[in-house]
Amino acid sequence: MKNEVKIQEVNPSLDSRRSFLKLSGLTLVSAGLVLAGCSDNDNEDNMQDNSLPGIKNGVFDLGSGDFGVLTYAYALEQLEADFYTKVVNSSSFNSVFNDTEKQVLTDLYHHEVVHRDFFKAALTGALPDPSSQLLPSLAFNYGSLNFNSRNEVLATAKALEDTGVAAYNGAGRLIKSADYLLLAGKIVSVEARHASAIRSLINPNSKDFAGDDIVNTSTGLDVAKDPSKILPIAGGFITTKFTANYLP
Amino acid sequence: MNILKFIETFTDDNLMNSTGSRRDSFNQFGNIGKNLAYAAIPFGLSTFANKVMAKDITATPATPIGALQFALTLEYLENEFYAMALDSGVIPASENGGRDLKVFQQIAAHESNHVKFLIAGLGGTMSANFVAKPTFDFTVGGAFDPFHDYPTFLALAQAFEDTGVRAYKGQAANLITTPDLLTAALQIHSVEARHASEVRRLRGLKGWISNSERGAGMPAATQAVYDGEGVTMQAGFNTAMAFGAAAGSEAYDEPLTTQQVVDIANLFIV
Repeated sequence: MKNEVKIQEVNPSLDSRRSFLKLSGLTLVSAGLVLAGCSDNDNEDNMQDNSLPGIKNGVFDLGSGDFGVLTYAYALEQLEADFYTKVVNSSSFNSVFNDTEKQVLTDLYHHEVVHRDFFKAALTGALPDPSSQLLPSLAFNYGSLNFNSRNEVLATAKALEDTGVAAYNGAGRLIKSADYLLLAGKIVSVEARHASAIRSLINPNSKDFAGDDIVNTSTGLDVAKDPSKILPIAGGFITTKFTANYLP
Repeated sequence: MNILKFIETFTDDNLMNSTGSRRDSFNQFGNIGKNLAYAAIPFGLSTFANKVMAKDITATPATPIGALQFALTLEYLENEFYAMALDSGVIPASENGGRDLKVFQQIAAHESNHVKFLIAGLGGTMSANFVAKPTFDFTVGGAFDPFHDYPTFLALAQAFEDTGVRAYKGQAANLITTPDLLTAALQIHSVEARHASEVRRLRGLKGWISNSERGAGMPAATQAVYDGEGVTMQAGFNTAMAFGAAAGSEAYDEPLTTQQVVDIANLFIV
């Protein structure tokens, strides 16, 4: 772990990203072990509080507790905001999408940028030392994703929105503050509205807006996933290294 | 005052007269003023309905069990509404490539599953925590005709789904001590939001709520479902700053209190 790259570094190469994903996957799977194993390091770090986000062993860790969950949400919102910013600024945006699709994607761009900037402001205001504890602006790489392809953009949007819903649904139980829980609730239903809209654009005359692939056919429940299941998915687009060693 | 026009369309004098003359009722409106009337009278009528209808539900306690009981009553309402609509044939089967029927069959299946899930969560029908299904009147004494008039059905469906999203959100704090129940409620909450988004699109609207607008074609009486949705300050952050108030408010759905939802639901409970 001594030679971890600093968080601000952007490495867009696919190979590097893959190797990081493997690394982060391992880290996440063994989070419990890491937690136990990190106690020695924490002593070296002047008894650094694991609940706070910040650099640990040279890599930014999201932390745990409410700040950890909010920072996790901030990372996901950064991804969504960046994706839709690229979508609406693509040179072929006006020719590839019809008016309805353009309206939906432009609205999603607005909403996700607002979500991202909200989390940045909220965390900056709430963290004891935001200069070291605020997650930096992440860098992204979409690999071979063709932003001029309607189908690829909508399929990616669907994956991001469904992932966002599952992430917030899974993270709610990790939040201690009723105020933060309500804020997450205010956002997750908008993500679900988005997911429904994107799914309808892809397959309009169908039940896909709340399809059987996503809503359990016996309980009627949507998906809920822990951060350790979400980050390997979202991490496919995120090139900035960070860890989530203290989230389940 | 659209709300008074709406009430004037009601011809069921029994509804109006049970505790006083119709004239008295309107005098009460005059006294409390326009804004208060809007705030206090979801769907335009519940003040009257509360007086005449003996079996109104009341606000559930701010506890995990109370939240589940509250949720179950809402799911009963939605479940029966969609089941009756599917039985009635009001939903067009072939227009839009059969989209509408597919959509409401799927929504109906989810609401039915939510009812079963919540009954099981409360310990089954023999549990002391079980609450029975109220008796619903979706015509509100003949004012609405949702099972013969498709636009009315769609408007009520939108109101119920958007209410459901806000209602579950308002219960989150009551479930914070019971993580498993909270997670389940969140998993229902996001399904209601997927439904709301689709129903709104079937009605030609965006899937999200701009400001506190109920949207084109929605009866003025449904405004209580949308009041308070236009918030643009979230934890001190101005969400209108980047792209304006409509986008900023769309990005966040707001909660309704238990009592606000009870007032809406009671209009349909007899």
